[in-house]
Amino acid sequence: MTDLLSVDGLDAGYGDFQALFDLTLRVAEGETVAIIGANGAGKTTLLRAVAGLVRASGGGITFAGQDLLTLPAHKRVGLGIALVPEGRRLFPSLSVRENLLIGGHAGRRGNWTLDSVLELFPLLKLIQRRSSATLSGGEQQMVAIGRALMSNPRLVLLDEVSLGLAPTVVKDLYAALPTVVSGGMTAVVVEQDIGQALSVADRVYCMLEGRVSLQGRPDELDHSQITTAYFGM
Amino acid sequence: MDWVNAVIQGILLGGLYALFATGLSLAFGVLRFVNLAHGDLAILGAYLAFSSISTFDVSVWATFFIVVPIMFAIGYVAQRGLFDFTLGEDPLPSILVSFGLGVVIQNALLVHYSATDRGLSVGSLATESIRVTNDISIGWFPVIILLVAVALLGGMQLFLSFTPLGRAFRAVSDDRDTARLMGINHRNLYGLAMGIAFATVAVAGIFLGSRTTFAPAQGPSQLLFAFEAVVIGGLGSLWGTLLGGIVLGVAQTVGNQVDVDYGWVGGVLLGHLVFLAVLAFRPSGLLGAKS
Repeated sequence: MTDLLSVDGLDAGYGDFQALFDLTLRVAEGETVAIIGANGAGKTTLLRAVAGLVRASGGGITFAGQDLLTLPAHKRVGLGIALVPEGRRLFPSLSVRENLLIGGHAGRRGNWTLDSVLELFPLLKLIQRRSSATLSGGEQQMVAIGRALMSNPRLVLLDEVSLGLAPTVVKDLYAALPTVVSGGMTAVVVEQDIGQALSVADRVYCMLEGRVSLQGRPDELDHSQITTAYFGM
Repeated sequence: MDWVNAVIQGILLGGLYALFATGLSLAFGVLRFVNLAHGDLAILGAYLAFSSISTFDVSVWATFFIVVPIMFAIGYVAQRGLFDFTLGEDPLPSILVSFGLGVVIQNALLVHYSATDRGLSVGSLATESIRVTNDISIGWFPVIILLVAVALLGGMQLFLSFTPLGRAFRAVSDDRDTARLMGINHRNLYGLAMGIAFATVAVAGIFLGSRTTFAPAQGPSQLLFAFEAVVIGGLGSLWGTLLGGIVLGVAQTVGNQVDVDYGWVGGVLLGHLVFLAVLAFRPSGLLGAKS
């Protein structure tokens, strides 16, 4: 398979603080890749750099053969990159329906429409007129995922989908993932919950202090390897 | 009867203040940008109308179609070419730059037009009125200004609530970075918002110039009234801005009536006092969201 996303020797950070060091990572078209790692390992920074919210200070990011670093964030959506940000980040003054509709602002055509997103998460059909500020965490996460799908991405980046949610809600959300990627969509999933990550992923990267400390297929990696790569000891 | 008249005139004056405040409210709402040149831009709009009349020999009404698009373009360019570079975590640079722009506009107007008071003539409409009783008559022109203010604010509200572009404005105002993830070019939207702000203040400036006279140094006092209207009504609420303008207008005309009858207070002062009272007892404004 060809690489849809390739990150080569990426350095990135916030101001004087460098969060990623010479990071290299590849994601093939149609693959689901999980990125695990402790707090502060740079997982979120990596996703934000791919989406364009964090500026790279070195290295490169290529998406479908195109250099991403010269493109501002709002143009990357048009190429087919969608980020479900950590903490959901819904627009509080917009209703659920409006949050979904604005996900389609870039106007990329595809299978995902308001109707098909509401079909994926039937609960949202009932609450689509409500203000997104009044939703529970699980409902918010459904809206955030639906909003990303509305842009018909080729690559969806999911950042800490399970954070702060009840285990049953997390199970429901991950149950929707196969439907989402069955259409050939590529997914990068950042998770602190290692079990969850290993169960959905074709391949796993483990990050430690801004670098890749381990990579492989979930069935190739054993528990002690992951522990070492995760904690660095 | 004098008092009833004062209140009615105040409501009508409030329409003009609301027009002044709309752009200020919008720029703050979408960009979190406090534009200290706002009053000077209104005066600039009035002078552009003055020049249009003398150059093309058109009526005041026709100048709206010339000046408003020009001011929209100036607003867009000012945002993309100047204000954009000042926006960040620290609000001070943008405030200072807009203050400086105000000084530049005032002095440019002074050089080009001199300090002479000017006026825009709307002909007989300036004096035509509806006679309600022997003591109360309502001028047609102030009524038109109020109606335009209501239409403009209502239109803006509909635009923000029901159009995709309005939705994008609200999204950028909520969370700029996440809005960029949706494919929204925030710099372009900021430019459009500032263009609309400049366009509305041009409308206010032309009406001001038609109601009374104007001179290059008059901007800052208009800015002050606009600020007071926004704060009284509540930040981020367009209908609040209309209400704030009306409350300020009524306070001023009632204050003037107190001055006439009893020889104390005075209109502008009572307006300021109402503003301070709102700031002290209801800092979020009459219709503002509590946060």
